[in-house]
Parts: sequence; C-alpha cells; structure tokens
Amino acid sequence: AEPGERSEVQADGTDGSCVTFVLHDEDHTLGNSLRYMVMKNPDVEFCGYCITHPSESKINFRIQTRGALPAVEPFRKGLNDLMGVCQHVLNTFEKSMKEYRAQREEEMQVAFEDGSPHGCV
Amino acid sequence: EEEGTLEFDMVGIDAAIANAFRRILLAEVPTMAVEKVFVYNNTSIVQDEILAHRLGLIPIRADPRLFEYRNQGDEEGTEIDTLQFQLKIKCSRNPRAAKESSDPNELYFNHKVYSKHMTWVPLGNQTDLFPDADFRPVHDDILVALLRPGQEIDVLMHCVKGVGKDHAKFSPVATASYRLLPDITLLQPIEDEAAEVLQKCFSPGVIEIQNIKGKKVAKVANARLDTFSREVFRHEGLKNLVRLARVRNHYIFSVESTGILPPDVLVSEAIKILMGKCQRFLNELDSVPMD
Repeated sequence: AEPGERSEVQADGTDGSCVTFVLHDEDHTLGNSLRYMVMKNPDVEFCGYCITHPSESKINFRIQTRGALPAVEPFRKGLNDLMGVCQHVLNTFEKSMKEYRAQREEEMQVAFEDGSPHGCV
Repeated sequence: EEEGTLEFDMVGIDAAIANAFRRILLAEVPTMAVEKVFVYNNTSIVQDEILAHRLGLIPIRADPRLFEYRNQGDEEGTEIDTLQFQLKIKCSRNPRAAKESSDPNELYFNHKVYSKHMTWVPLGNQTDLFPDADFRPVHDDILVALLRPGQEIDVLMHCVKGVGKDHAKFSPVATASYRLLPDITLLQPIEDEAAEVLQKCFSPGVIEIQNIKGKKVAKVANARLDTFSREVFRHEGLKNLVRLARVRNHYIFSVESTGILPPDVLVSEAIKILMGKCQRFLNELDSVPMD
C-alpha cells in the first residue's frame, strides 16, 4: 500500500455508522491524537484504534456513531479539528517565540548601554 | 533558552496531542545524514562497516528543507536529494619530532581523524543552487578514527534526507521531552526548624523562608524548579502538611537540538508535520467518492 493510503472496512450487516478505517504508515502519533479529537464529538458512541502488529506500519481506527450518522463525518471532523488545534498551537508558539526574541534583544540593548563607557567619562 | 536547547510551556492541551508533538520531534522531523559510504581505501584499524556507522552518526549542518527524499531503490542520487562529502586523509611521521618523544600528537601528522576533515564535494549544479552554502558537520571535533603512519582513509559519503523512525541518526533532537508543572501546596503554616527542614527537602529555589514577626515561615516560591524527589514524605512531621500535585494541562517542553536546526524551528516543523498528516487523510477522503 502507498504511504498514507486509507481504506475502509465495514462488517457485514451494519450500516455506515460503524466503520474501521485502516490508516497506512501511521502509529500512535496520529492514532492517539486523532482518537482524542474524535472522542470529543458527542455524536460518537465509540472511537478507538490499534496497531495491527508491531512489524506492520498501519493502524485500525474504529469509529461508531450514535444513530444514523455515517462514521466518515466524525472522522472528517476529527481531522479538521486536529488541524485547527495544530494551527492554533503553531500560531501561539511562533507569536510567543517572537515576543521572547524581542524581549531578549531589548535586554541585550540595555546591558550594552549600561556597559558602554560613554556614560562615565 | 540557551544555545541549542529550548524550554517552553504549552498550557491547556491534552497529553494525546502533546505526546504527538514529542513523538514527531523524535522520529518524524527530517534531517540529512550520511547514508552511503563508498570506501576507496581504508587501511586503518577501524573496519569499513564500523567506520561507515560512525560517519552516519555525525550531525551534518544542512537544512533538510532544501532537499527531497531519495526515491526507493535509487542508488545514484542527484543534486536535489544528495550531499556528497569526502574524507581523504593519510597519517605520516613528523620528521621534526623530538627523538625521545612518545607523544603521538608530536610524532605523527594527521593521526587523529576528526569530523572537520570531511569536505563537501558539490554534485551537479549544487554550487549554483547553493551559492553561499557551507555544508559541513555541526561539530568540528568529533573523533572518527585514529591512524598510525602509513595508514589512510579515503571514502566518499552520500548524505540523504531521512527521518528518525527509519534510523536514529536522522533524529534532529538529542532529547525532546515534556513534564507537567509541579503544584506544591502547604496545608498548614510551617515555621522555624520545620521550615528549614522543608526547604532542604526540595530543589534550591522551590521553598522560600520569609521572616514574619520574628518567625521563619516557609512559602512556595517557585514550584517549577521541583524535581518530584518526594523527599518530604520521608519526614514524619512534614508528610501530612504538604500536598504534591501536578497541573494536569500545563506541559513544560524541553527540546535539545543536535545543532542542525534551531530548536524553535524544529517545534514549528513538528506541528506542521502533524497538520500534514491530517491534510493527507482529508485529501484521501475527498478523492474517494462516497456512495
């Protein structure tokens, strides 16, 4: 399978509300964070994942929804939410990094002016 | 914070996501490392495969974002996915060494092979692609091998882009970890000798002793510095007066770069990689027609 390829497994006799997504080339990194995001969705009855075998690099990601909602929807929502969280973390991190740099520069400037000889002739 | 290391706080996030960032930092942020070593001559006592392994572990200062991954099965490499280095060095006797000397540093030339002896050999049009590039090992003083007169090493190395889950040599961090912010509460006022005992139970700076109306009163000054040694619980008189807890959504990350990329860039890259993973599956969802 190609990296990142997704396939769906659906047990016989069930509707689209209980689906196992097979995510190739993924592990706990995406599995656990996506599970956490999907579980926040009140429409989701069950969400869990497992690594099929240590020597296979794929995970089975199971979603069961309450009622008739197709499981793809919370899956998509979970991915979008996780993207949103990442974007927020990235913006916050880069903003505070910029602030920290500016503050450091200011301190350096002050230290330089204090240490310079022109103040004490 | 300091050169090559960064400590920052991430507040209001769950372990699932904090751990994803940590895992990506360790295993999925790409770097360039020596992957193929072509041995033309190696008469040193270091065997070829050991030498190749040692060369692979040397961090190479080259921005991996400038390069592509090499395709599977590609043995040749091109200017867009490969950096070539040469290590050609021969040890010889120093004719001007003092007769009675027993110091190899004085007796021989080039008897220590360091990472600084690696030189970049541009491939294809790399000199035009990177006009002001300075590709070299991060550290000049990594000892690769020891030689004796007459021994020589002549190898060509191909560096490729890779990730830590393929081989740890590609990992861009020395460590990347997080801990929760400690939360220390004194349930009763602790005074005088007890306060001093309490202060000694924690790392320096955690407990501060204030003088209030001639009494020494212990106060939590900076819980962040605590290491959770749990030393207080060994003291019968103190163990019921102190509550040790952690702030469950306050993560203190510490990222120590190997020096290839600055740590803040690594964190940004890690977040982008997680976003990339989401985007990839969203694209998959959109490309497969749903019935």
